[in-house]
Amino acid sequence: MKTENQRAWFFVLPVLLLVAFNALIPIMTVVNYSVQETFGNNVFFWQGLDWFEQILRSERFHAALGRQFMFTGLILAIEIPLGIIVALSMPRKGFWVPVCLVTMALPMLIPWNVVGSMWNIFTLPNIGLLGYFMNDVLGINYDMTQQPVSAWVTIVIMDVWHWTSLVVLLSYAGLVSIPDAYYQAAKIDGASPWKVFRYIQLPKMKTVLTIAVLLRFMDSFNIYTEPFVLTGGGPGNSTTLLSIDLVKIALGQFDLGPAAAMSLIYFAITLLVSWLFYTLMTKDDAQ
Amino acid sequence: MRKRSLIPILYILFLLLPIYWLVAMSFKTTQEILGGFSLFPQTFTLENYRVIFTDPTWYWGYINSIIYVSLNTVISVCVALPAAYAFSRYRFLGDKQLFFWLLTNRMAPAAVFALPFFQLYSSVGMFDTHLAVALAHCLFNIPLAVWILEGFMGGVPKELDETAYVDGYSFPRFFVTIFLPTIKAGVGVAAFFCFMFSWVELLLAKTLTAVEAKPIAATMTKTASSAGYELGLLAAAGTLTIIPGAIVIYFVRNYIAKGFALGRV
Repeated sequence: MKTENQRAWFFVLPVLLLVAFNALIPIMTVVNYSVQETFGNNVFFWQGLDWFEQILRSERFHAALGRQFMFTGLILAIEIPLGIIVALSMPRKGFWVPVCLVTMALPMLIPWNVVGSMWNIFTLPNIGLLGYFMNDVLGINYDMTQQPVSAWVTIVIMDVWHWTSLVVLLSYAGLVSIPDAYYQAAKIDGASPWKVFRYIQLPKMKTVLTIAVLLRFMDSFNIYTEPFVLTGGGPGNSTTLLSIDLVKIALGQFDLGPAAAMSLIYFAITLLVSWLFYTLMTKDDAQ
Repeated sequence: MRKRSLIPILYILFLLLPIYWLVAMSFKTTQEILGGFSLFPQTFTLENYRVIFTDPTWYWGYINSIIYVSLNTVISVCVALPAAYAFSRYRFLGDKQLFFWLLTNRMAPAAVFALPFFQLYSSVGMFDTHLAVALAHCLFNIPLAVWILEGFMGGVPKELDETAYVDGYSFPRFFVTIFLPTIKAGVGVAAFFCFMFSWVELLLAKTLTAVEAKPIAATMTKTASSAGYELGLLAAAGTLTIIPGAIVIYFVRNYIAKGFALGRV
């Protein structure tokens, strides 16, 4: 049991100060902008909640939000099952385990803009490996700078390439923690592989899968650098996800008020959906 | 058994293909790249790497990145250690709320913070310093480090602390000579994750720097747009950014799986 000790606050103080400096001051700056209008020269006018209303009603925001949910939905639908399948078929001990783990973790350690550049080089029509293979070998017309479908397929595959390993490593960590006795008992009972998965492996992976779903949701919902480097949000607006749109409004058009209001709505949606996922996935434990 | 190992093999092949292509490109000349498709470099050249290692704007990019990433790792782990200890050992007013608030910072889109960070760090006169980037990355690295370390510390029985106090250890001495060695795997994993997320992040690092502390990744984007289509050079620079990560991951390979589960399995 943990003991009650209010002096523990002193231990937490450095963390609190550093994170508060980085989180509270910028968030308050954003809140400030979101309720004011400025024409430069540091002159501000009170605007109330107008920006929020404008953003919530704007077609552009709805479109970007729709694309964002579609992207994140696709990412979760592909990466979570794929990650579980790969983790299930990985060896449990021996020489190949560290080899697998190190190679699988490699994509996650590459700077995000390099990931974008790398996939750009990889998919160039005629001179990139994938671009050449699609266009010149399979004869499929594939060019992500021209076709929205190609661009979408590319950013989704890129993210699968980049982050599925996170799900694999998490699931794997859950799997290796299952004692051998469980499997022996299942064998004696004559359980099918599906039943072993459903009643032994899946429940044991639940905690780590919750972490995996949460992390993948947050990170894919906030994704910016990789699609920005790869497609720049194009062709047209077809791959303009929320963050890309936000940066366009804030730094491209310098509409600070609407951008700030959009930031707060964006952050609120991320928090709300994360909380929903968390509550739904841990609901059974509470009962 | 053989059929089962096919899946990881295919998956790893899929992971390695784009990396192979990047590395292969870095050994090609620009003419060869733009000239057409070739699976292997026809005219093998080290010219791209020579440019990077002799041009200060290039190699300083790497040094800058490594400086602020190391700074961030040290700061994050050092302040996270006592906090994680407090969360794992004591109950105090608002502990759960504080823990949750820390984690919400992990959910904030970096794009939201770019402009306010620029203003904040400019106003305190830290714009374009390594420390500014290191501190800014604390926003998402400290919560993560606290979360991981708390998981590892929770696995250490409380009796260890009590025995040490009975033996007459002071708290600082106990923490450094007994407790830290016990959770050194956790410290390694936390440091690894801080390194990783600080190394791969670009948006904030780019916003907070101009010349003196510019990260390698920013040098790359600039080259990509200004110097025309120097794909070979870009590929070589990209290849070099993979190496530090690969080295770090080799050292923690045995703890990775556990670290990803944040010690909570």
